[in-house]
Amino acid sequence: MSERTEFAFYDGNSLAGPLSEVFAVELTTAVGRCRSCGKSSEVATFRVYGPEPGFVGHCPHCEDVLLRLVRTPDALWLDFSGVSALRISMPADSTGS
Amino acid sequence: MEGPADVLEVVVMSIVSRGFRGRRRDSNQRLPPGQYLTDDFPVLSAGPTPRISLDDWEFTVVTELGQSHRWSWKELTGLSAESVTADIHCVTRWSKLDTAWRGVSIDTLLADVETAADFALIHSYGGYSTNLPLEDLLDGKAWVAYEYNGQELAPEHGGPARLLVPHLYFWKSAKWVRGIELMPQDFPGFWEQLGYHDYGDPWREQRYQGD
Ligand SMILES: [Zn+2]
Repeated sequence: MSERTEFAFYDGNSLAGPLSEVFAVELTTAVGRCRSCGKSSEVATFRVYGPEPGFVGHCPHCEDVLLRLVRTPDALWLDFSGVSALRISMPADSTGS
Repeated sequence: MEGPADVLEVVVMSIVSRGFRGRRRDSNQRLPPGQYLTDDFPVLSAGPTPRISLDDWEFTVVTELGQSHRWSWKELTGLSAESVTADIHCVTRWSKLDTAWRGVSIDTLLADVETAADFALIHSYGGYSTNLPLEDLLDGKAWVAYEYNGQELAPEHGGPARLLVPHLYFWKSAKWVRGIELMPQDFPGFWEQLGYHDYGDPWREQRYQGD
């Protein structure tokens, strides 16, 4: 039997590597609002299952799926549809004014 | 905290080493391309293990015309069951030979269901889904399995009941199965929406879309 138990999930920091492959900003400190329960949580606090067959991030409040990420040999598939909005902190001087 | 990549590496290494120890002469012919043998039964999960009381459990078949057929746990386990021994192949590259199951054939469940559907979308407790052609569920190729190795199916392996479709990659054998939606057209399930293959034949190594 596998030593992994049903409680074995990772925190959202496990998403840092795969997300940094495509996003220039650090997304684990971004705050996402759950489309299902409306509560906000930092990506780093998502309950993440995986990495195989893919990463699945669940809402720490209601357990619904917030994001799914699959890395195939030649593509990265990302479903953020469980997140209604993502707040990403940006430096104040980057507004381009 | 160990990163998932480290954990995966440990799992893969243990599968590889066990595989070489446990390999039998005839095993290579039973191993699809790109697979390793394991005596273990790794647990892969996309979410928390659903807990369903057997009093509340039900299995539902919904046809393309919206007609529902339902079985309670008592009704399902009262149907004639079959014992099945099969090799299983996970898309994460482990294969396990001669796994022993007991459950109800999908042929039995669909015997009185009128349908002209060509595809099925399997639904699970906990929100998981997976799609496959209806013909791959018929003619003795698929079961709703509720026993493994002569014991009731453990929750981490999909208990109280899971789909068993051993001729396709094991993500099609949905854990915690709760029903079949019959459809005229194919509709991608949980992993199929994220780049995994719609059919998933391990002998043709159909892991990802385009394979
Ligand atoms: Zn939520």
